[in-house]
Amino acid sequence: MARVVVDVMPKAEILDPQGQAVVGALPRLGFTGVSDVRQGKRFELEVDDSVDDAELEKIAESLLCNTVIEDWKVTRVQ
Amino acid sequence: MSEATRSGSGARIGVITFPGTLDDVDAARAVNLAGGEAVSLWHGDADLKGVDGVIVPGGFSYGDYLRCGAIARFAPVMEEVIKAAAGGMPVLGICNGFQVLCEAGLLPGALTRNEGLHFICRDQWLKVESTSTAWSSRYESGAEILIPLKSGEGRYQASEKVLDELEGEGRVVFRYSGDNPNGSQRAIAGIASANGRVVGLMPHPEHATESLTGPSDDGLGMFYSALDAVLTA
Repeated sequence: MARVVVDVMPKAEILDPQGQAVVGALPRLGFTGVSDVRQGKRFELEVDDSVDDAELEKIAESLLCNTVIEDWKVTRVQ
Repeated sequence: MSEATRSGSGARIGVITFPGTLDDVDAARAVNLAGGEAVSLWHGDADLKGVDGVIVPGGFSYGDYLRCGAIARFAPVMEEVIKAAAGGMPVLGICNGFQVLCEAGLLPGALTRNEGLHFICRDQWLKVESTSTAWSSRYESGAEILIPLKSGEGRYQASEKVLDELEGEGRVVFRYSGDNPNGSQRAIAGIASANGRVVGLMPHPEHATESLTGPSDDGLGMFYSALDAVLTA
């Protein structure tokens, strides 16, 4: 078994109103100096050894991420 | 309504129900009001029951988990819809249905969180930009129609190249009139496939079929158009 993390983020050119709302809220709470926030998703997968990297890429690309608006990164952590 | 305007009598239009679908009943009612026969389609059945066209209605299929429409796109019934669309069957995606069709790759682009983050529920003026699709032929080009809009993730986004293509090929079918409610690129409310048979839009024509219950009956034109398209196919 291995733990795999898939990070999914809105593409740089895609407007991220949720991230903007967060960056707008920070100064109101007294946190200054944060100029940008992008909000994405993190998936943690427990996979057995038969699942290779190519298959993980396919899982990320076909289901976890919408490639029109999002980028993804697969990382094996264990 | 006179019989003469019920030109679509006999056409059978399927309306899909997913777990979390809300507007299947109104969509079926709209089909029947326009003179067609609505046929219920179940998400788990890979069976279109021999219908002539399909409506993917609005709601929150699978609770909008993962992304709006992302799970519904893999439902057994959608595999059949994708095949039928390739053969030219008219398909209409409304709101969540539009999101499903984009996720399924039947329409380009994606729908994302409204620019202002708020869920928007209001009667919305739209401009009819293209009357050469299976779902808009009954309108006059440039007509303004009043249709309810109710969505939190209705901001249409696509690459500049895709947007230019859609504009150049006359595939922007409906555009928001006046204020852009959700930040959709180029104020796009609805688009069509290259062959004009598949159309998706965020506003809800099935809620604008009678003045008693909606802001207008402007939505009926979409259902009449589809019945025409089926009969002349």
